[in-house]
Amino acid sequence: MFRRERSIPLRGSAAALCNNLSVLQLPSRNLTHFGVVHGPSAQLVSAAPEGVPLAQRQLHAKEGAGVSPPLITQVHWCVLPFRVLLVLTSHRGIQMYESDGSVMVYWHALDSGDASPVQAVFARGIAASGHFICVGTWSGRILVFDIPAKGPNIVLSEELAGHQTPVTDIATEPAQGQDCVADMVTADDSGLLCVWRSGPEFKLLTRIPGFGVPCPSVQLWHGTVAAGYGDGQVRLYEAGTGTLHVQISAHARAICALDLAPEVGKLLSAAEDTFVHIWKLSRSPESGYTEVEHCHGECVPDTQVCGARFCDPSGSSFAVTGYDLAEILRFSSV
Amino acid sequence: MSVRTLPLLFLNLGGEMLYILDQRLRAQNIPGDKARKDEWTEVDRKRVLHDIISTMFNRKFMEELFKPQELYSKKALRTVYDRLAHASIMRLNQASMDKLYDLMTMAFKHQVLLCPRPKDVLLVTFNHLDAIKGFIQDSPAILHQVEEIFRQLTEVKCFFLLCLWQTYGGLSAGEFQLIRQTLLTFFQDLHIRVSLFLKDKVQNSNGRFVLPVSGPVPWGTEVPGLIRMFDSKGKEVKKVEFKHGGNYVTAPKEGSFELYGDRVLKLGTNIYNECRALTFSKGPQDAQTSVIYITLREEPFPPNFTGIFLWEAMKSAWLLPT
Repeated sequence: MFRRERSIPLRGSAAALCNNLSVLQLPSRNLTHFGVVHGPSAQLVSAAPEGVPLAQRQLHAKEGAGVSPPLITQVHWCVLPFRVLLVLTSHRGIQMYESDGSVMVYWHALDSGDASPVQAVFARGIAASGHFICVGTWSGRILVFDIPAKGPNIVLSEELAGHQTPVTDIATEPAQGQDCVADMVTADDSGLLCVWRSGPEFKLLTRIPGFGVPCPSVQLWHGTVAAGYGDGQVRLYEAGTGTLHVQISAHARAICALDLAPEVGKLLSAAEDTFVHIWKLSRSPESGYTEVEHCHGECVPDTQVCGARFCDPSGSSFAVTGYDLAEILRFSSV
Repeated sequence: MSVRTLPLLFLNLGGEMLYILDQRLRAQNIPGDKARKDEWTEVDRKRVLHDIISTMFNRKFMEELFKPQELYSKKALRTVYDRLAHASIMRLNQASMDKLYDLMTMAFKHQVLLCPRPKDVLLVTFNHLDAIKGFIQDSPAILHQVEEIFRQLTEVKCFFLLCLWQTYGGLSAGEFQLIRQTLLTFFQDLHIRVSLFLKDKVQNSNGRFVLPVSGPVPWGTEVPGLIRMFDSKGKEVKKVEFKHGGNYVTAPKEGSFELYGDRVLKLGTNIYNECRALTFSKGPQDAQTSVIYITLREEPFPPNFTGIFLWEAMKSAWLLPT
């Protein structure tokens, strides 16, 4: 059972994008940072445990050539071994800031050279993998940036080819120790999933084909890929082989966000049908197959949800954003 | 954002505008023989709708509209509809034009939000276009050069359909999702309360639309509530049901994307009828209600031959089966 907690007000409403909420938990400082995209600006809010807002900051997409102010597609905190960076992707390029958004440390302009006039050009999909930050683009290419322990000497080290349609989301997990284990998965508008092994050079391990429906959100947990699709399905695959293990008819509309509480194996799914669901992932001791159990469903009335994240490692609280809603809704278990 | 959104925005808002003007003109209708010079008749109403439709489907304008481009700003788009509304013998004062535009935008925002799948915005567009057909049928016969009409007929019909199919016919689900997001960005933060929507419980008193959690799921989506687990050979080994919380049923059939067909979806059809007065309020409390009032132009209006040719051509085009 979950109850509604105090909402955090936003200066601008949330835009109708997918994965439109990023959360940075700082338990040692008794603080949680939230990031939401409004449109041409993104909002950062820090809040105390009871949801009392403490500080706000607005970031804008860097201007470039064009008639109207560029729109932001995603904002996301990347936790690296020695630092945390805030990454902002837009229709112009990629901006990286110190974690509180105070200083921009890097700007990468997108190359729209081979785009046709009908194609929208943008960056979307952000994840940290070791000391790399990976960002997806409209062409399907994944840009891999090498991040130093401190300072602005960020370098584009690799461009990964694997997708032919715009990238939607990227998920990573710490390598499990063995050599050839998958630790990154990327998804795109056609529903194709690419599974990678990170390293000085990233290696494509498996491709999991789509079925004509976009995959807006993806997560990776102990070698299992969890993917949310535009037809409301959540599917779990074995990352190494691409074998489908679980198929959930989870939502009645397109899924917009997935999140994981990796310590306890909890998965959060949110969709445009106004529902948020929490699932428990486990491995059957007899068969070794992945199993899923439904834990909780929450309806956010009359709200097209666009972002959802767990707010603590045990998955006992979560936050939600909705299109046109100028607040972050918070829920915690009783 | 998607550079293919403007035609959909323009056509659907234009369609809503025609519904509303038609309803208002019927409400202000006076029987032909009893009308004074400054009062509306059935013939006047049809004239207004035909003139606006012919302006909307003007070939040069269509060519411009279908070019890949960013959406016009809100101000620029409003100017386009100001001009369109005044393309005929009709005049609207500023307050009435404001109300008309507010209602058009809230109506289309509602339709986009409630579309089951992103590509269903095309079905909404077809609903508007099917209704526009009806407005130009049974028109008073105006006789002009037959050859000219035949020439215009083929040109206009082919050109318009070509534009529509070229632009949207081959788009993927992902591209329609981007179009949907572009439209929702355009309508972000608009919460004008419309009495018709409030009465029908389609909108809450805070201006937010009601999102139902029951009814048919989109075509291609399964009713939520089932978890299926498979072994490494793809054989189903376990099936568990869970309580989703909504009350959904399977979709009966898919709407037709052909030139003629059952669209199934009701969004984009004419929800205004003669019995309903259209009123608005903007503030948190019910403001003084006002009604769109349409008057005749004061200065004499010259007959628009180009417009008449075009609507005759359009009328014949729509009436001919493919």
